Amino acid sequence: MKLQLPFRHSRKSLPTAQRGIISLADWHKRRIRWSVQSLHAVTLIGLLIVGLGPILWLAKAAVTPTQDTLRQPMALWPNGFNLDLLVQTFTKVHIERFFMNTVWIAIGSWLCQITVATSAGYALSVLRPRGSRILYGMILGTMFVPSVVLLVPLYLTVLDLPLVNIKLVDTFWAVWLPAGASAFNVVIIKRFFDNLPREIFEAAQVDGAGPFRLFWSIVLPMSRPIVGVVSVFAVIATWKDYLWPKLVLPSLAVQPLSVRLPDLERGIQLDLFLASLAVATLFPIALFLMFQRMFLSGGALSGAIKG
Amino acid sequence: MSSRAEPVTAASGVHKRRGLLTWVSRDGLSTFAFLLPLLLIFGTFSWFPIVRSFVMSVQHTNLVSPPTWVGLDNFATVLSDPLFGKSVANTIYFALLALIIGYPIPLALAVIMSETRRFKGLYSALAYLPVVVPPVVAVLLWKVFYKGGPNGAFNSILGNVGLGPIQWLGDAAMAMPAVVVEATWAAFGGTVIIYLAALLSVPPELYDAAEVDGASILQKIRYVTLPHMRGILFITLILQLIATAQIFTEPFLLTEGGPANATTTVLLLIYQYGFGSSLGGHFGEAAALSLMLAAFLGVFTAVYFWLTRSWSTES
Repeated sequence: MKLQLPFRHSRKSLPTAQRGIISLADWHKRRIRWSVQSLHAVTLIGLLIVGLGPILWLAKAAVTPTQDTLRQPMALWPNGFNLDLLVQTFTKVHIERFFMNTVWIAIGSWLCQITVATSAGYALSVLRPRGSRILYGMILGTMFVPSVVLLVPLYLTVLDLPLVNIKLVDTFWAVWLPAGASAFNVVIIKRFFDNLPREIFEAAQVDGAGPFRLFWSIVLPMSRPIVGVVSVFAVIATWKDYLWPKLVLPSLAVQPLSVRLPDLERGIQLDLFLASLAVATLFPIALFLMFQRMFLSGGALSGAIKG
Repeated sequence: MSSRAEPVTAASGVHKRRGLLTWVSRDGLSTFAFLLPLLLIFGTFSWFPIVRSFVMSVQHTNLVSPPTWVGLDNFATVLSDPLFGKSVANTIYFALLALIIGYPIPLALAVIMSETRRFKGLYSALAYLPVVVPPVVAVLLWKVFYKGGPNGAFNSILGNVGLGPIQWLGDAAMAMPAVVVEATWAAFGGTVIIYLAALLSVPPELYDAAEVDGASILQKIRYVTLPHMRGILFITLILQLIATAQIFTEPFLLTEGGPANATTTVLLLIYQYGFGSSLGGHFGEAAALSLMLAAFLGVFTAVYFWLTRSWSTES
């Protein structure tokens, strides 16, 4: 087949490696290019309004006195700046306490999820004891049970842990431990372990590594990419969760942000409330900007096989 | 650890044949140690509650008095509750509206965005931004936007062109669409990213071939792009339907199921049975309704995959 060379004069020519729906020939028709470009412009403006607009509005409202926000919600520039509102989210709302609760919940849930998923994945993929197929089937089976089924019985379970009769409600354990029971995590970690080269395990075994050593010094370091992915999912899920922490963490001392914010609405002025919402959004947006890059660098695995 | 002795057994020729498997399976104790977190956590917080929900659905349980067996009474109570039919209808209405409003938007956006030459990253970052906002914050923010008076954010925009004010959340007819629009805003970015990845997998030769046959841009989308994405489109469709069937946070925080129960979804009703102040402690009914919803979703998913099995595999 003859290769179509890109037109030399055109700055706007397509990268030849990856073409899309619109061909080079289409692109050189003025009418098509004009309409495609205006469609893109409209899309970009639309995305700016829809995606960024509400967040910018929130940022503006966070420093605008209640009266201004109430009277002219869509005014582009606030009449009075009130940076004190951001300070008050700490001094009056004590947003940092609930933020720290969220962080603790995220760390604990993450630790629990990683511990369960990696140890289970290692046992089911590498150690493979008798009956591990049945066990894996039982884990897969829970993926088909919608979480709503668990809501009430799980609540009663953390209210009075069976056999040991411990009440987990109002402790972080009530969120940490159930978070570990994620079939999705176990499945993707096990499948990742399945694909690790067995030669390395055998080499380690010849060098005298036992199962714990093999797990800690070989399998875990090689699994950094997938553990990273599971970690990001775990943190995001914690940050988003609302119903479960609301049920099991009723007292103020342990409430995460997501549970506290809706209750704030009734108790405080609108301007302070919106400032609190804005502060609560800052951290996830910062995380988003950071982890965008982390996803791009997943090639840590190839080095391990050579070494 | 007992594993200190391992090198000797590992090196001996007896185990060479079966290799790794025999080597580690000898050490039953450490294997058990690795299985322990799984068994404890899944046993307590997954397998046991699943079994328990079946038991509870045929019991009368309310933490105060000891549970009694009531057979299928809980199911009968739920089915005869006037709110049951209402909540099912509301949930279906929500799912349909979310389908009409929320399903085509990410697809159209992804197709347009995949053709951009410049600022590609900017487009997807903008689309993804609402997903990053914590759902509770998004709902509470939109609640402010939806404020009913003439000075509400949306109403003041409408006021500029001489419309409104609309009681977004206070009007029984408007409330559900308002909830759907918020939920769509919060979720569309994630789907866009999935579709963008799927669009990359369309082989460019197919477009070349279509052009040889004289296909226009729209025809290429219709006959090349969309058929090629059929598999992922079917998956996102069923995932969206399953998710909308379990919608809770948005109606709970935006409208609390009101006005006049116009936004009481099935999950909200389950919550009211189990934890709501007016009905609270009806755990048996809550479990029964949960199981009915799960059974429906199971059957629905199975039928869906059975119906679409031929479409999604051939391409």
